[in-house]
Amino acid sequence: MSDANTGSVTAATSGVLLVLAHPALERSRANRTLAKAAKSLSGVTFKDLYETYPDFVVDIETEQAALVAHDVVALQFPLFWYSTPSLLKEWLDIVWLHGFAYGEGGEALKGKKLFVACTTGGSAKAYHAHGYNRFNMDEFLRPLEQTAHLCGMDWETPFVVHGASVKDDAALKAEAERYKARVTSLLPAPRVSGKTEA
Amino acid sequence: MENFLTQTLVYLGAAVVSVPIAKRLGLGSVLGYLIAGVVIGPYALSLVGAQADLMKFAEFGVVILLFLIGLEVRPSMLWDMRKAIFGFGGTQVVGTSLAIAAASMLLGLPWQTALAVGMVLAMSSTAIVLQTLDEKGLRQGPVGRAAFGILLLQDLAVIPMFALLPLLATVAPQTHGDAGGHGASLIAHLPAWAQGLSVFAAVAAVVGGGRYLVRPVFRFIAKARLREIFTASALLIVVAVASLMQIVGLSPALGAFLAGVVLAESEFRRELETDIEPFRGLLLGLFFITVGAGVDLPLIARQPWLLAGLVLGLMVLKFLVLYGLARLFGAPKRGALAVAAALAQGGEFAFVLLSFTVGAGVIGASLAALLTAAVAVSMALTPVAMILYERVAALMDAAIPDVVPDTGDFDEGEPDIIIAGFGRFGQITGRLLSANGFKSTVLDSDIEQIELLRRFGRRVHYGDATRLDLLRQAGADRARMLIVALDDREKTVELVETARKAFPNLVILARAWDRRHAYDLLANGADAVERETFESALALGATALQKLGFRAHRAHRAAAFFRRHDRRMFEELRPMWGQEEAYILASRDAAQTMDRLLDADLHRMRPGDGGGAWDTASLDEELRERAQQEGAE
Repeated sequence: MSDANTGSVTAATSGVLLVLAHPALERSRANRTLAKAAKSLSGVTFKDLYETYPDFVVDIETEQAALVAHDVVALQFPLFWYSTPSLLKEWLDIVWLHGFAYGEGGEALKGKKLFVACTTGGSAKAYHAHGYNRFNMDEFLRPLEQTAHLCGMDWETPFVVHGASVKDDAALKAEAERYKARVTSLLPAPRVSGKTEA
Repeated sequence: MENFLTQTLVYLGAAVVSVPIAKRLGLGSVLGYLIAGVVIGPYALSLVGAQADLMKFAEFGVVILLFLIGLEVRPSMLWDMRKAIFGFGGTQVVGTSLAIAAASMLLGLPWQTALAVGMVLAMSSTAIVLQTLDEKGLRQGPVGRAAFGILLLQDLAVIPMFALLPLLATVAPQTHGDAGGHGASLIAHLPAWAQGLSVFAAVAAVVGGGRYLVRPVFRFIAKARLREIFTASALLIVVAVASLMQIVGLSPALGAFLAGVVLAESEFRRELETDIEPFRGLLLGLFFITVGAGVDLPLIARQPWLLAGLVLGLMVLKFLVLYGLARLFGAPKRGALAVAAALAQGGEFAFVLLSFTVGAGVIGASLAALLTAAVAVSMALTPVAMILYERVAALMDAAIPDVVPDTGDFDEGEPDIIIAGFGRFGQITGRLLSANGFKSTVLDSDIEQIELLRRFGRRVHYGDATRLDLLRQAGADRARMLIVALDDREKTVELVETARKAFPNLVILARAWDRRHAYDLLANGADAVERETFESALALGATALQKLGFRAHRAHRAAAFFRRHDRRMFEELRPMWGQEEAYILASRDAAQTMDRLLDADLHRMRPGDGGGAWDTASLDEELRERAQQEGAE
């Protein structure tokens, strides 16, 4: 379906599966800018969840196949009520199944990396023990971190943009560059000469 | 044989030469045929022989015309038109008959003859009127409807007229037998009740046969895949019905109309239409030529002023009665003018009725000859009357600036979207789009629908969206999108094709009838299609599942899975479209695959089954095992 823009994905597992979840992307300058920057990288497969599954009926086979085919799973989303947007949660609920992602016979994601890129409305100060949100981002993202752990995945340091809606264009552009660099660093080293890692 | 070929040569040659010229000069094809007839007629170049036989043959064109009209008319529509048919039509026949009778009495005819003349001349020409209205694009609107209602009632009125006319005889009737097509009833010698019974039986046979006999026969023939046999059987139906009607003394045209109405709802309607259409055109052309050839030039030359007076008197009188009645029945000035101008001539039934009245001793032979010439000339003048009407209408438009012509300026600024067809389908799409702030221009060709919508304050324009000029006028070269929501399969394809060619940048979305139609539309350039019943049927199916005990979310998901698999199958089979065999094979295959996949998807949702969404059985089992281990420790 819309995972057709894979460009140069080879049969073997490779690259980053970038899963974007924003129910109103047209209103989010920050997420648009970030996504645009990241999806232009070669080796990144971009999947816009709300565009692909407007009716929330996620296709299990397609999604599991996409997960299997990539080394890195990147989740990009705005923080809604200290959690993911609902469709991203539905995607996890429905695709990351027992026997596939975890539990008996569930090793499909083992050894892959889980990377979270998250935007917040509140400032960095708010996400602090003394701020009005009382907890820091690491704490809010614990459920995802534990998900990675249960599935045998490596938890990458999250990429967080605070105060996303009040940033001016120049600031956003800088964030986008920073994001691009992070995603690039996650891509397996150039595999020109076969597997050098692991 | 040689004679036949020469005659065919003359007729076809005359038509081919004169009709395009007449059309080019803006006179319309009817006038072209009539002029061709006059030119080759016995009084001018005299290239043609006996007219009488040919006339009968050509009259069959009128029969076919009415059959085709019948095909377009569903019984429900007939019921909706009852006011136009019986109210307007009935008063027109009675009113015109009396007006002409009164005028004839003033000219010194005895009342019996005057009344007969009135009845004969009250008829208008179905063939000429409908052809002319078609060419002017007025057939489908209120004008066409009113005219059609009147013509239909005139056809009906012919029957009682045959009964009434002999009663008006002033001299001893001559032989009764050769009273033209209509009088030649084989049941005339039967007592009245038996005649009534046979008429009833004939009508019942047409209705019953159309309902129960014709369809299986057609299905059988269609399977044989012999196109010409299908055409032949279509013609056979028309001929058979016409003969049957003639036997019981009804108008063959009326019978054909009835047969058409009966078959209007059958699946073969389109096929019948396209097969018979060419015969209609050719035979009607022939009919007009024979009318032209029948114009008695020497008679005109002898009494030019008398004849001119008669023709003018006839047309003016008919025009006035029609206009008055049309206004009385609520038509706007312009529409009333159009109806009156279109129907102001004498009709082909006049020829038949005149020969009948001569035979019955009601009208003298010399008067009949004069009237025949007058009717023929009035028929020839109909296109001229229509041209006059158009001039007057144009003047009216100029005089009253706030008149909005049907196809006139679309003055709501640049539309984002053009919606063609604003019925049950287009309205929903249109409302969604306008609720989201998009400007649309709406085209529909159902005048009643438009009037209704306008009452609700919507701007809807009348017009056949398949016309390129209308599309352009609606702003198709500036609009972003065209939504085709017509409820006519062929027209939808036609419009998509036309629009794609003329406006390559326009995004075209179309309402599809079914899967095949959908492929057809995509092949013709539609960007996206939606099968018109698919979503609603799916929604109803989901409701059914819910009523059968599924929880709402499960029912919703079941429908969603179905939609997904069906759409995938649609895409997969698309490349195969057009190769009948491969398509059928592949679709059988795909249907099986789809069933299997769908089954697997649905299986996951079943209570107690493993490996499903939101982790059920397998996780439960593992947790149970773990609990047991923990308990054991």
